[in-house]
Amino acid sequence: MNATTSFFTGFQFSDLGFLAEAAGRTLLISVISVAAGTVMGCIFGWALQAGRWWIEITLGLVLDAFRSVPLIIQLILFFNFFPLVGLPLNPFFSGAIILSFYTSALVANVARGGIEAVGVPMRRAARSLGMTYWQDMRYVVWPIGLRAVFPSWVGVALSVVKDSALVSVLGYVELLRASQILITRTQEPFIILALAGAFYFALSYPLSQYSARLESRWKS
Amino acid sequence: MIEVKDLHKYFGALHVLKGIDLTVQKGEVLSVIGASGSGKSTLLYCINALETIEQGEVIVDGVSVHAKSTDINKLRQNLGMVFQQWNSFPHLTATENVALAPKIVSGKSRQEAREIAVKQLEHVGLGDKLDVYPSALSGGQQQRLAIARALAMEPDYMLFDEATSALDPELVGEVLDTMRLLAEEGMTMICVTHEMGFARDVSDRVAYFHQGMMEEIGPPAQIFGEAQSEQTRKFLANVR
Repeated sequence: MNATTSFFTGFQFSDLGFLAEAAGRTLLISVISVAAGTVMGCIFGWALQAGRWWIEITLGLVLDAFRSVPLIIQLILFFNFFPLVGLPLNPFFSGAIILSFYTSALVANVARGGIEAVGVPMRRAARSLGMTYWQDMRYVVWPIGLRAVFPSWVGVALSVVKDSALVSVLGYVELLRASQILITRTQEPFIILALAGAFYFALSYPLSQYSARLESRWKS
Repeated sequence: MIEVKDLHKYFGALHVLKGIDLTVQKGEVLSVIGASGSGKSTLLYCINALETIEQGEVIVDGVSVHAKSTDINKLRQNLGMVFQQWNSFPHLTATENVALAPKIVSGKSRQEAREIAVKQLEHVGLGDKLDVYPSALSGGQQQRLAIARALAMEPDYMLFDEATSALDPELVGEVLDTMRLLAEEGMTMICVTHEMGFARDVSDRVAYFHQGMMEEIGPPAQIFGEAQSEQTRKFLANVR
């Protein structure tokens, strides 16, 4: 037995389970971030559309910061900020919080676009029937606007699944981090990155398929 | 009865309505004519508070429309409005379009709301389009759908804002026929219109608006026959 074999062992079938588990963590942090980010983004988008000018300016500035500062910088800054003030956060929570805000900044613009897609004449028609502001929102603006911007929202959701890979820099063992660990051990980057890519594809494909089916149903 | 008293409306620095006084009795059909930008559509928007007003008062059945204490959502149910753009709800079928407001605003049951919708769609001649989506309807049919949708709230008044202006010429007739039908049934109507034939034949009175003021109001015979105002005569000479 030569010396190198004690450091490196080849890819084994059980490593697939390790990757699958990590894919589960990618799915978990993505689902949480997309869900929380979508709820916040809808509220922010509404505030941008319906709020006063100073709300639009201040909120718009904050959301622009989240959209334009590279995610990896946001993650590292946020993760290292809390221990400084005596509140250590684990990598998962740090990642989920930043990813959620990042998602909300993207969704806010989508949501505002959806509300604006409905148009003032349509909303006046709804209000002229005696609907309240919120009834108009719930029964007219929401369903019409949602259909208008749903493809954009799907695009945001799919990109967040991929961007969640950046949480690996905090030490959260999601798909990319798990791949790196395996590559270090096996020295077989090609097969492992291909597998990781396949896992990302498997996570995203159902969403894009489901959305395509939903869109074609709305069209008919 | 709709009473408009000394109504002033500004869009920024633009003085759009310059002191309108007008009374419309129950059962009356009033047509409002005039050039684009004369303020006639704005008047309609002020009557059901889709626009705020700067001065004056609008009173519908004794209730001051723009007063803070007025439940405007309740009041609007009594003021059906039909717009230039028909604004059908694209995600709902014809029946659902009409049934929506009775269901969520008036709190009718699904079954009741549907019955009202079917009745009103038959009323405007769309009885064969109940489960069709608006995208499959012509402009004229969508405008009749909009009329049915407003009628479903059982309003005492109907406001028409250039209901035929956005339609292809061959579709204007069916909408005017529907409006004529309502007038014959005794509906109180204010029709902002460019259809002089409709104004002459169907209205009890015609008002001519010029640059934010009501230049002249009177029976069709007066306005179209022996208008008192030079402006009115000039306008009508140009449109005919």
